[in-house]
Amino acid sequence: MSRIFCRLILVSLVMLITACASNKGYDYSAFIQNKPRSILVLPPLNTSPDVRAPYSMMATVTRPLAESGYYVFPVALVDQTFRENGMSEPGEMHQASAAKLSEVFGADAVLYITVNEYGAKYVLVDSQVVVSASARLVDLRSGQQLWEGKASASNAEGRDSGGTGLAGILITALIRQVANNLGDQGYPIARITSDRLLSARHGGLLPGPRSPDYQKVVGN
Amino acid sequence: MMTMRHLLPALLATLITTGCATRSSLYQWGSYENQVYAMYADQGKTSPQEQIAQLEADIEKARAANKALPPGHYAHLGYLYFQTGRREQAIASFETEERLFPEARPYMTRLIARAKQ
Repeated sequence: MSRIFCRLILVSLVMLITACASNKGYDYSAFIQNKPRSILVLPPLNTSPDVRAPYSMMATVTRPLAESGYYVFPVALVDQTFRENGMSEPGEMHQASAAKLSEVFGADAVLYITVNEYGAKYVLVDSQVVVSASARLVDLRSGQQLWEGKASASNAEGRDSGGTGLAGILITALIRQVANNLGDQGYPIARITSDRLLSARHGGLLPGPRSPDYQKVVGN
Repeated sequence: MMTMRHLLPALLATLITTGCATRSSLYQWGSYENQVYAMYADQGKTSPQEQIAQLEADIEKARAANKALPPGHYAHLGYLYFQTGRREQAIASFETEERLFPEARPYMTRLIARAKQ
């Protein structure tokens, strides 16, 4: 093994360790103060031209939030409840007052998501599938914004380095496999976008009460 | 140097595979997510009966593996029961969701009242 390879490994180790440990750069004081236990995810706003975008996001956001230790309200039922109350557009749902959302769902916090990009995007001779989204978590009891963030994922990520990055290869392989089964190429990418956006980690949400890491990570 | 040669790649491999963000899952994720997706994107492709059968199979699998199902699984199943006119089962499912996740109580109370109408 060459010395360069050894150094490379060392550098990646340091990067991995620092990436995991640091929470710097985000003010979590409102988050820590409000201690949300449950999150109501509203059907996402969609600024992309693909009508499947909000459903893909709705289907993929529960996992990262739940695995981060939060109770996540059943997304399809929430959508249905809005419809039964005369609101069928996410735009209208996002306008609902905190008082109303508290009364109907009894949630601690609400998550507003916007899908910004979804699906094939043509770059020179290549095409890639991109899903990007932004989100804002607001406490329904205090009205305070607890967190906001954005994330993006693309099936071209593995190609950038000539396909040599391990994570890239894994992601690409996973995407191809799932995409072949479903037909909607954005759906498997949306899963990665949701994971990046909503998993508890540096710059992301803090771990919730059901996480073994709850209150272990100091916010700033 | 000999030990470093062996130790470092092993350590790196462990870090990559276990990662910092990924740990053992809190829940056993069955078909719930795909069903949420299918409910909208593949409307009509899978009947509510088939969806119910899949979610029920997930319950059996989770029970056998002694794993917890994720938030929303029982509530979603309850909704499908409700849609297909199986009200008693819908109510029981909403009650299970509430028992597993007390955070859901206000909403489940509302859904149970709705199912009893």
